[in-house]
Amino acid sequence: MKVNGFAHPAPSDPRRLLSDHLRHDLGLTGTHVGCEHGVCGCCTVLLDGAPVRSCLMLAVQAEGHDVTTIEGLAPGGSQLHPVQQAFHECHGLQCGFCTPGFVMSVVGLLAQHPHPTEEQVDEGIAGNLCRCTGYASIRRAVTRAAVLLAPLTPDPSPLGGEGANPADRSSSGGEGAGTSP
Amino acid sequence: MAVSQLVGAKIHRREDPRLITGHGHYIDDFTRQGTAYAAFVRSPVAHARVKSIDVTDASKAPGVVGVYTARDFKGQLAGTHPAAPAFVAEKKYVPERFPIAEKEVTYQGEIVAVVLAESKGQAADAANMIQVDYDELPAVMDLEKALAKGAPKAHEAGPDNVCWDFTYTPLDLTEAAFKEADVVVKERILQNRLAPVPMEPRGVLADYEGFDKKLTMWLSSQNPHFIRLFVSGALGLKESQVRVISPDVGGGFGSKISPYPEDYLVPALSRMIARPVKWIETRTESIQNATHGRGQFYDCEVAAKKDGTLLAMRVVQYVDVGAYHGTFGAFQPVACLMAGGGYKWKGISARTIGVLTNRVPTDPYRGAGRPEATHLVERMVDLVALELKMDPVDIRKKNFIQPQDFPFTQNFGLVVDSGDYEKSLDKALQLAGYAELRKKQADLRKQGRYLGIGLSTWIELCGFGPSAATAPATGGIALVESAQVRVTPTGAVIVYTGTHSHGQGHETTFSQIVADQLGVPLDSVELRHGDTAEGTSFGYGTYGSRSLAVGGVAISKAVGKVIDKGKKLAAHIFEAAEEDVVFEHGSFHVKGSPDKSKAFGEVAFASYGMGLPEGMEQGLEAVAYFDPPNLVWPFGAHVAVVEIDAETGSAKLEKYVAVDDCGNIINPMIVDGQIHGGVVQAIAQALYEEVVYDESNGQLKTGTMIDYLVPSAGEIPPFILDKTITPSPTNDLGVKGIGEAGTIAASVAVINAICDALSPLGIKHVDMPATPDKLWHMMKEARK
Repeated sequence: MKVNGFAHPAPSDPRRLLSDHLRHDLGLTGTHVGCEHGVCGCCTVLLDGAPVRSCLMLAVQAEGHDVTTIEGLAPGGSQLHPVQQAFHECHGLQCGFCTPGFVMSVVGLLAQHPHPTEEQVDEGIAGNLCRCTGYASIRRAVTRAAVLLAPLTPDPSPLGGEGANPADRSSSGGEGAGTSP
Repeated sequence: MAVSQLVGAKIHRREDPRLITGHGHYIDDFTRQGTAYAAFVRSPVAHARVKSIDVTDASKAPGVVGVYTARDFKGQLAGTHPAAPAFVAEKKYVPERFPIAEKEVTYQGEIVAVVLAESKGQAADAANMIQVDYDELPAVMDLEKALAKGAPKAHEAGPDNVCWDFTYTPLDLTEAAFKEADVVVKERILQNRLAPVPMEPRGVLADYEGFDKKLTMWLSSQNPHFIRLFVSGALGLKESQVRVISPDVGGGFGSKISPYPEDYLVPALSRMIARPVKWIETRTESIQNATHGRGQFYDCEVAAKKDGTLLAMRVVQYVDVGAYHGTFGAFQPVACLMAGGGYKWKGISARTIGVLTNRVPTDPYRGAGRPEATHLVERMVDLVALELKMDPVDIRKKNFIQPQDFPFTQNFGLVVDSGDYEKSLDKALQLAGYAELRKKQADLRKQGRYLGIGLSTWIELCGFGPSAATAPATGGIALVESAQVRVTPTGAVIVYTGTHSHGQGHETTFSQIVADQLGVPLDSVELRHGDTAEGTSFGYGTYGSRSLAVGGVAISKAVGKVIDKGKKLAAHIFEAAEEDVVFEHGSFHVKGSPDKSKAFGEVAFASYGMGLPEGMEQGLEAVAYFDPPNLVWPFGAHVAVVEIDAETGSAKLEKYVAVDDCGNIINPMIVDGQIHGGVVQAIAQALYEEVVYDESNGQLKTGTMIDYLVPSAGEIPPFILDKTITPSPTNDLGVKGIGEAGTIAASVAVINAICDALSPLGIKHVDMPATPDKLWHMMKEARK
């Protein structure tokens, strides 16, 4: 399987969950395990671009597929992915434990619906639980992420004007008004 | 503070980048070379004698390092689980608790054995092979039945099931006021048992180094210094031999304040096998064993005049303590002391009864006692209004403590520091469009639709707390807070606080305070917490909305000491009198000559050099403790609008308005986030969540996230938030707490809205959770 673009052999233990393989064999601890029964969504990763729960998959099932984890979104260690930037600007996280799962779900959601309706936003994040934010700021983060991603996607009709220029991404505007430390 | 550029600004959080990119460090992200993994064998029954434990097969299973039962820990661990006096000074019976059961198990999930193996999977496999022979005893579940004479006991050795029975103010105190009454309303109000469900379950990694005789523990905790205190005591170590590191904490909500059995067993095992030992809780273990919240009911009577004047209240609180006294389980009777809410009463008589049952112990959960108080008083006030056919707004305004009454000594002698309750209510009503909503309600009622409007005018006491109040409540240690501020030669500022963060954003807000006060850029300031090896000798943790109002103020005081020393040094450099030196905008100058100044960093550098004033030591650092003179008292007004589907009984939140007052605000973005999250946790209690046990045998029926309904985004209404600002006179920053406000306010706003919606059917009271099934049955019954 490929993980964040690099090829890795499957684990020898056939019982190994994909979540445990990523965390404990590959050291990619950004994928979190919150329930291990497929409800909380903390362990969400992308499998060939679509969100899946890595706690409900055996690692060997990912053989021949492309896995993207949270670490694969901003690999350079400096520039945030637009979805991550939107979560930062909109205070879309508090304790941060559910956040990697949310971010992966939203990346998947916006790939499918670059300009989601409110219902599509709620549906797109319905498989992820957050105990801190009350979801209000996460909803705003999704909408903001769609705006930040708009110039990068082929559809020329972004949701709003603010932040439409990629150069504005790290500056203030709309919900993101404020100062980044 | 001279110039406020950062305080009050919406600064994006400094902790975000690492957390958003998966580079946070939560407990399961830590490993040590040579770690053995623990799996616990837990009682599958609620109450039984343990006849025998057969570990033969498990001991021989692949990868097993050892199998341990209670006997193996005798001599390794001493004492019993700590039970703070909290608000109940006298207890009747507090069962002894050893972290692992030997002869009797008293709740489903209690530990009876532990397996260590080379991998987590091997430990879990071997744990399944252990055979325990139980002799089942009756499970004590119902609080009233448990109090009856001759009832089965939750602990065989106990005299009965009464953990405490404490009267704050006797009944006869309110007799005269009840005699004056035109109306008396009575209700029994339930508080459903809740599981805290932080997204990150608990976990412990312990490494005892035998030659150094030093224990390092990593665990997911809101309260690392208290864990060090308790664990060192139990293991017979000095506090200096134990280092507790609580890294990024994935939520707590009160469930990570107290020490747990695993917090003692895992380090003891590490010492026994001379290897690091690790345990990570599963979600089912979390729902089954992490302390629960609420789990109470109240019998309440309110006396009032026919013009709506509230006279007196009688309240008896029944607390389901669970099988053992939670460390801070007796905090929850604070609900009695807060039962009067934001109103004036001639008298309140209150009694609390703590009942031992065969369920997991209860302990503080977000709000702890104060959500229950708000729910109680706001429900009762609505019942009086209904009886008198008064608008719920009018009865509240008639009885509020008025702005000129503060500081106001309430019925239990607590001094409410400040408030303007009518102002926040008016603002909330305006934002909700109250008058139009009432019109809409009347129209919809004609169409057979059920729209309800619910109010909650809440108040809170938080910021624990004054030493005089808290030292007796904890058994000796006052819940003050400590801070240390260290300035390096190049002017970098390192701040240590004894509070911790599990999502509250202290790295940002506390740095805002320091950067503003010192006039330095935010990125010159670094906040450190969560490690007992760093900073002051003791810290007091994060709970009870105390971090800013106590810890933040301690930091501000330490910064003040640093500035004072800087002024002395600057005076020496300027050859001026100390009292003539001014510090503003991050630099020192002599009064009247602002052009000749020394930047804070220059003075910091000089403090490490030579030629200091006589008697001055090198360096620029300070320690401060803040012992607040009083608690702080946030308040606000919430309005919930609910429509109930006549066909299905489903309650849909149409609108939610929250106007809150937490005094001065450091970071409005973070305050809004706390309110959103708190409100949703209370909506969850009102509509969805409940820990359900089989009442006949104590089997947990909601042990997964499939059965225990934490809401997702689709269940949450749009919010309208606003503020009033009434600075607290209790501290120099004028701040109050906001971490629990939403949870304290919201459950009753939702339930009052539901009761209001169903009032045409003659339904007066609905208990939580107001599930579609419950409402559908109530409506069906009412229509008969």
